Amino acid sequence: MSNVGIVIVSHSPLVAEGTADMVRQMVGDEVPLAWCGGNGHGGLGTSVEAIMGAIDKAWSEAGVAILVDLGGAETNSEMAVEMIGEPRAQKITVCNAPIVEGAVMAATESSGGASLKEVVATAHELSPS
Amino acid sequence: MTALNLAGLIAAAADTIAAHAEELTVLDQAIGDGDHGLNMKRGFEAVRAEAGVFAAKPLPEALKAIGTKLVMTVGGASGPLFGTLFMALGKEIAAEPDRADLTAAFGKAIEAVAARGKSQVGQKTMLDVLQPVHDALAGGKTAAEIADVADAAADATVPMKALRGRASFLGDRSIGHMDAGARSTALLVRTLGQAIGESA
Repeated sequence: MSNVGIVIVSHSPLVAEGTADMVRQMVGDEVPLAWCGGNGHGGLGTSVEAIMGAIDKAWSEAGVAILVDLGGAETNSEMAVEMIGEPRAQKITVCNAPIVEGAVMAATESSGGASLKEVVATAHELSPS
Repeated sequence: MTALNLAGLIAAAADTIAAHAEELTVLDQAIGDGDHGLNMKRGFEAVRAEAGVFAAKPLPEALKAIGTKLVMTVGGASGPLFGTLFMALGKEIAAEPDRADLTAAFGKAIEAVAARGKSQVGQKTMLDVLQPVHDALAGGKTAAEIADVADAAADATVPMKALRGRASFLGDRSIGHMDAGARSTALLVRTLGQAIGESA
């Protein structure tokens, strides 16, 4: 069974790595997981190239859910999905959810074999609307 | 515009961004994260480094490739926004565009940038320069007139309150500062307009 992959994208590599560490310790290893953070030049920010790499790393035929922090992370993630192109792009969703809670809850849902749609819905429930 | 010297345009754009990198960074430090000048410079230098490769392609392919390069190298939120502008322009434009075709393609490219940034005119972003430039282009203005429109539009972002991007976190404190993306857009409009005018 292939579980939905989780990608964590933060402006800070420390936040991204720490969030991924929480997911690993709380959910375990059966969920494909990758993180990226920072602008690639030592500063805060996000990089389309790094996000594409993280998607590759966490790739699952069941799909990939991306959790982001601030606005630029969302814009860059959407760009990365577009550049990855079809048919894979259809199986990738950028979630509107708080990054830490969203990543842990999405990964928990994924570890039970839920579909991408279910994983994303679980993350979205955390979003203040 | 058949004799468009793309390598020359790239060099002119990269020169302008390099010359104003410090100014763009200072603008961005006021209400953003202070890396706009450096980011834009890195992106346009990367495009300059491969100017020959881009110039050898048909115009639509060249613009798409330049946009992709900007996405990958500018970084921050500016990368996808400026990258999308060039990529969408390449997708819409004819190989040998006349003014009407350029205007129509530019209009579509602005829509793509607005969709990418989930933004609209009036929110203190590059769109506040792009839209008046499009209107001036459609209205038959000269390159010099369009450049003046772009500068005035960038100036007009000063009293605006930012509603998108990092500056929006500042709320009312974003008022009184020019948007860095609007300024870099105006700089590029003037430079490219001049270079196209000279080669036409």
